[in-house]
Parts: sequence; structure tokens; C-alpha cells
Amino acid sequence: MQASNGSVVFDEAALVERARGGDDAAFAGLVEQYQRKIYRLARNITQNAEDAEDVLQDAFLKAYTNLGKFHGDSKFYTWIVRIAVNEALMKLRKRRGDKMVSLDEEIELGEESVTREIAVWDGNPEQTYSQEEMRKLLDDAIQSLKPTFRSVFQLRDVEELSTEETAEALELSVPAVKSRLLRARLQLRERLTKQFKRKGDDAFAFL
Amino acid sequence: MTLLLSCKQFLTELNAYLDEETSAEERSQLQSHINECPNCWVVVDTTQKTMRVYKGAEPQAVPQDVSERLMAALRRKMADKRGGC
Repeated sequence: MQASNGSVVFDEAALVERARGGDDAAFAGLVEQYQRKIYRLARNITQNAEDAEDVLQDAFLKAYTNLGKFHGDSKFYTWIVRIAVNEALMKLRKRRGDKMVSLDEEIELGEESVTREIAVWDGNPEQTYSQEEMRKLLDDAIQSLKPTFRSVFQLRDVEELSTEETAEALELSVPAVKSRLLRARLQLRERLTKQFKRKGDDAFAFL
Repeated sequence: MTLLLSCKQFLTELNAYLDEETSAEERSQLQSHINECPNCWVVVDTTQKTMRVYKGAEPQAVPQDVSERLMAALRRKMADKRGGC
């Protein structure tokens, strides 16, 4: 089931249908297809390899057990993402113990509206940096965000869930998702711009 | 003559602009701000690029041992289910 490179068409709906009919190989195909993304999501939210592995396993085992409850009104991928997010947030809360991770604190786009770094980027970073270097830079940047911003950005802009789906998965209101996403995007922009800005523009940095 | 937005007002609407969730009228107001304000133009451009690099990043392979343990756990679950039927 090597479909991730695009050479074989991956038909999610057909696999889900077969898996629901009791075809375990079809379910394994879904796991094969999505394990990378779910593992990345789990790592990015929990920030911990051990927790991420637990989340990965628990999410797919839960999906397998509850496949009968999946009605196909959303994509299987969206469904497994939601299960994984729930597992990841539980891990995060458990690990933080008393320092309860609240995703719902009030956010304001205040004075430090995180746009200090005004510089254009030097060409296409995807072409300048290797895939490995890029991944490291992007991971480091995302890990610098607060959990609340990180989770929202991860779901909206990495996993490409809608605002409503993100709100539902994180148990946040739609406006809360929107304000967190704005902060997350601006903070990441700030960090990446430090890395990718055209070097000549540094001349103005002291102004 | 439309009143130009302040940069702060523009930033508040940045996501709506980026995600194309504005009315045509709002969009043209935001667009006029970008046309007049090089700083906000840079912010829009670099934020779009930030979103693009994340969307385009391929997730790393799951470490082999992690993936093997996942598949083993799944096989156990599947065997349990068959056994239980």
C-alpha cells in the first residue's frame, strides 16, 4: 500500500468501507497511509517522543475499535486526527500535572503584536535548504510556540482542518481558534523571517 | 475616498485576508492598505510563505521500531477481536 508518493492512487473511502466490513488489511493500509502525519502531530503537541508513541498507538487502536461508530460524514483522516489530538492533549495535561494546560485563556493581539521582523525572504527556502534542514527549522520554530498556539496552528495550517473542525477537536470556540491562529502565524513568521531574510536587509536592523 | 486602515487594524484582519474570508468590500479595503504600506505588504508576503513551507513539509518517516510496535499492537488487537467473535 505505497500510496504516499502519489504513484498509486490512495482511495480512502474504499479502504474505510472495506475496513468497516472487517477487512483488517484495509485498516492496516489506512494506518500505513497516515502514521507519519499522526506521529508528527503527536510529537508536535506533546513535545515528547514517548508520549507521541503512546498517542500514535492509542489513536489507531481506538479508531480500529470504534470503526463501527465512524459514519463517513467526515473524512477518516479528520476523524483520526481528532482522536489523536484528544489523546495528545490528555498526555500533555497529565505531564504538566498541576500546571493545567488551558487552551482557552484569553488572547489579545496586544502591543507586542509580534511583527518586529520586517524583511523579505531570500528566495525560496525550500530550494536553499535541504529537506532535512528545513524540517529541523520548522520543528524548532513550532516548538517555540505555546501549546495553545501550537495545537491550533498544527491543525489548521499543517493538517489543513477547517476552523470549525479545529474548534471542535480542541474544544475551543471559533473566535478563539481564529485569534490563536493569528498569533501562531505571526510568531512563526517572525522566527522564520529571522532565519530566511535577505541578508542585505540586516543593514537596516538597527534602525 | 476610502479611509485607510491603520496597521494594527490591518493585522487584526490578516487571517481573514489570507484565508479569503472577507467580503469584496473588505478585501479591497485591505488591499489598498497593502498597496500603501510596504511593511504590511512584507508581513502578508512572509506570512503566506510561512504557511506555505509548513503545508509543503513532508512528515518524517516514523522511526522503524515505533512503527513496528504500532503494527504489533494492532495485530494483537485484531487477533483479540477475531478470537472474541
